[in-house]
Amino acid sequence: MSVVTRTLSRLTLILCAIFSGPALAGGMDDPLLSMVLLDQLEYRDADGHDPLVLQAQAWVGKDLNKIWLKAEAERVDGKTEEAELQALYSRAIARYWDIQVGLRSDIDPNPSRNWGVLAFQGLAPYYFEIDASLFLREGGHAALRVEAEYEILLTQKLILSPDLEINLHSKNDAASGVGSGLSDIEAGLRLRYEIRREFAPYVGVNWFKKYGDTADFTSSGGDAVEDWQAVVGLRAWY
Amino acid sequence: MKASNKISPALEMQTVSRRRFVTGVVAGGSAIGMGIAPQLLAAAKSVTNNQQGPKTLRGRQFDLSIDYLPVNFTGRQRTATTINGSLPGSVLRWKEGERVTLRVTNNLEHDSSIHWHGIILPTDMDGVPGFSFDGIKPGETFEYQFDVNQSGTYWYHSHSGFQEQTGAYGAIVIEPKETDPVAYDRDYVVMLSDWSDTPPEKNYAKLKKMGDYFNFRERTLGDLWQDIKDKGVSGAWRERSMWNKARMSDRDIADVTGYAYTYLMNGVTPSEGWLGLFKAGEKVRLRFVNSAAMTIFDVRIPGLKMTVVATDGQNIKPVTIDEFRISVAETYDVIVEPEDGCAYTVFAQSIDRSGYTRGTLSQSADRVAEIPNMDPAPILGHGDMGMSMEGMDHSQHAMGDGSSMEGVDHSQHNMSKPAAMAGMDHSMHQMDMDAPMMGMDHSQHQMSGMRTMQDQSAEEKNLGKAGFGTATKITHVKSEFGPHVDMRADSPQRGLDDPGIGLRQHQALYGRKVLTYADIKNYYPTLDTRQPSREIELHLTGNMHRYMWSMNGIKFKDAAPVLLSYGERVRIVIVNDTMMNHPIHLHGMWSELETGDPEYIPRKHTINVQPGSQVSYLVTADAVGRWAYHCHLAFHMPGMFREVRVTQGEAK
Repeated sequence: MSVVTRTLSRLTLILCAIFSGPALAGGMDDPLLSMVLLDQLEYRDADGHDPLVLQAQAWVGKDLNKIWLKAEAERVDGKTEEAELQALYSRAIARYWDIQVGLRSDIDPNPSRNWGVLAFQGLAPYYFEIDASLFLREGGHAALRVEAEYEILLTQKLILSPDLEINLHSKNDAASGVGSGLSDIEAGLRLRYEIRREFAPYVGVNWFKKYGDTADFTSSGGDAVEDWQAVVGLRAWY
Repeated sequence: MKASNKISPALEMQTVSRRRFVTGVVAGGSAIGMGIAPQLLAAAKSVTNNQQGPKTLRGRQFDLSIDYLPVNFTGRQRTATTINGSLPGSVLRWKEGERVTLRVTNNLEHDSSIHWHGIILPTDMDGVPGFSFDGIKPGETFEYQFDVNQSGTYWYHSHSGFQEQTGAYGAIVIEPKETDPVAYDRDYVVMLSDWSDTPPEKNYAKLKKMGDYFNFRERTLGDLWQDIKDKGVSGAWRERSMWNKARMSDRDIADVTGYAYTYLMNGVTPSEGWLGLFKAGEKVRLRFVNSAAMTIFDVRIPGLKMTVVATDGQNIKPVTIDEFRISVAETYDVIVEPEDGCAYTVFAQSIDRSGYTRGTLSQSADRVAEIPNMDPAPILGHGDMGMSMEGMDHSQHAMGDGSSMEGVDHSQHNMSKPAAMAGMDHSMHQMDMDAPMMGMDHSQHQMSGMRTMQDQSAEEKNLGKAGFGTATKITHVKSEFGPHVDMRADSPQRGLDDPGIGLRQHQALYGRKVLTYADIKNYYPTLDTRQPSREIELHLTGNMHRYMWSMNGIKFKDAAPVLLSYGERVRIVIVNDTMMNHPIHLHGMWSELETGDPEYIPRKHTINVQPGSQVSYLVTADAVGRWAYHCHLAFHMPGMFREVRVTQGEAK
């Protein structure tokens, strides 16, 4: 946790450096804004215990420069099984693309792991929302995560959204339960209804499968290597 | 058509969607239920103050106060920013040749200001904080005083923050010193505007977080299915691929829509309806002013021809039309001759057809006319992206057959490579094919051919002749490239005779003649007949996804002023590198729009530049000072803004 605190305080300093330009009027077109997006806050009907899963992002900043936080957490039976937080500096580099650098901390499970992050987040042709992140940590352990999401408008408010996440690792880390190579694939299909733009309950399905040594670590821990889950949740932002 | 207006109690309530209906509930909460028979409704009506709009003030001395005022346009009480206690503020009636004094008191918690839109006056009276003066501090009174040397329909509004958006605007009518060349028996200001219950700062933030927040007409799976049925899988794929690759939406017509806005006519909601009374046989002059923050309106009066006699306060050669588009901050004066015993609906639909406002011209309050349906929502074509001209076919309500889609690849090259000649050739070829739509007189090749006829000074500098527009090929400067700009028009259209997106087929479909800029000729001969000594090319730029706006890719905060030297006559060439319309307003000097007749160049204060288009106009720098120059869409203005500085001596 102290790593996260340190990271955040350092980022606050960077934030101040970026945004404290000359104290001139006229910056009206580009106010300092913030956004919190709970992309997935959902119960999963899993094989075994049903987890509560959160995937959220938040940013504060201006048009081209932002501080960006990404969080993922999974709780089972009131216990946090997984918690990951990323704190990034995000800079626009192309019409629809931002480059992001910063730190990631895997708070849970034990032992915690800390990574450096280089990510590209944006909108690819054909409206695919992409988040591709390269993670590096001590001992030359590298990990790559690619997430893609798409939106199909059934109506203006009823939106079907498939998504896909792929994780790869360069090394085995038995303590964390990840193996080298392709470690897991997760795919989902969620149907949400936007009561308002900012507030959309949804239902859907989620599927994951673990591969290679990751699968072996997982099954030896007594957990499922592959599962289909029904999900119900909420997408919200402000 | 006319017959149906003779006896016209049939209010078509079913055409008003429930939501739009709700956002049209009137202040005071007059309970108009869906179930009430329209006839009863009409009969029960009496003229309320509410229906007649703001009061009129006349004279040479005016005391105006800017205050917060509770209003209720939607069933929810909100706080507006108003001038003299009404929304819009009082109509100010001046006389040409008089000196007016306006004492403006700011009762707000923030600095305020009033800008006299379209009035030619000294720079320190123009009312732009930071340029003209320091603004009016809370509790203070500022005295404006200037000579009125023009006549016609204008308006005034706050030039501070987003105050104008919340109601700080009103109309100005100036009576001419000489006999008015326009004959009429009665006149009304018809001020169009948009009201949001959400504060503008919040709407702005929503747009920054989600560029299409207010757009509920995006393509759906059903639309795709329809396309596939119409054009086959490969046809539909080809048509969609350009937009999908560009990550832009051809349904993106207005940034803020009827989802947020209630559209007002003289401050009256569409459910109540503004009322203008006339007597039998009268000629009525309607002075339309668009004081909306973000809404371009298409105006018509079913059953009545309109003769446009002035725009932006300036008399023009009368043009009789059925429909006109009024961009934000423009004014149009029309003469109508309503028939005895008839009632008419003055109908103003938003450009994206997400809502409308309306009023009634009638001989009595209990006689109203049918409210027409809105036209289909427009869909952008490739031409609106400043790409190849074959896109024109598709922009006409997607009526194109998709057979000329090989052009898409060229256009795609165009987008990424400036001056890609393959794309140019293709577009010029298409122009030959589609010449009737585009007006070949304005095409680049035609203009090049005309150079032999130009006078020597312009010819030496290779500029197009005054009145006809530029002959120079546009270029994109380096600052236009980067994450802050999402598109560049490489073959911008020059269609002054293009009625614009959503209006192009109205003559063919409905027999409605639509006013275009090509129809506008000055009533009086051109005063300054000099050729332009130079050209200033400015590109309107932005990134809609990030919701950033700029000129030449540089926002106001980072931009150097545009320098003009006192007395010079220059041509400004505006290239619209976006797919939105932008009404461009120059303070302090006239923008003389080159509509093809050098003898009668019309003068405007606000010029609408269509998506993917270019427009040329002449400016005589006859007013020393620091002047604002900007897009008048309220959320584009903070970035898409320049200072124009006119100084004695050589401009650098």
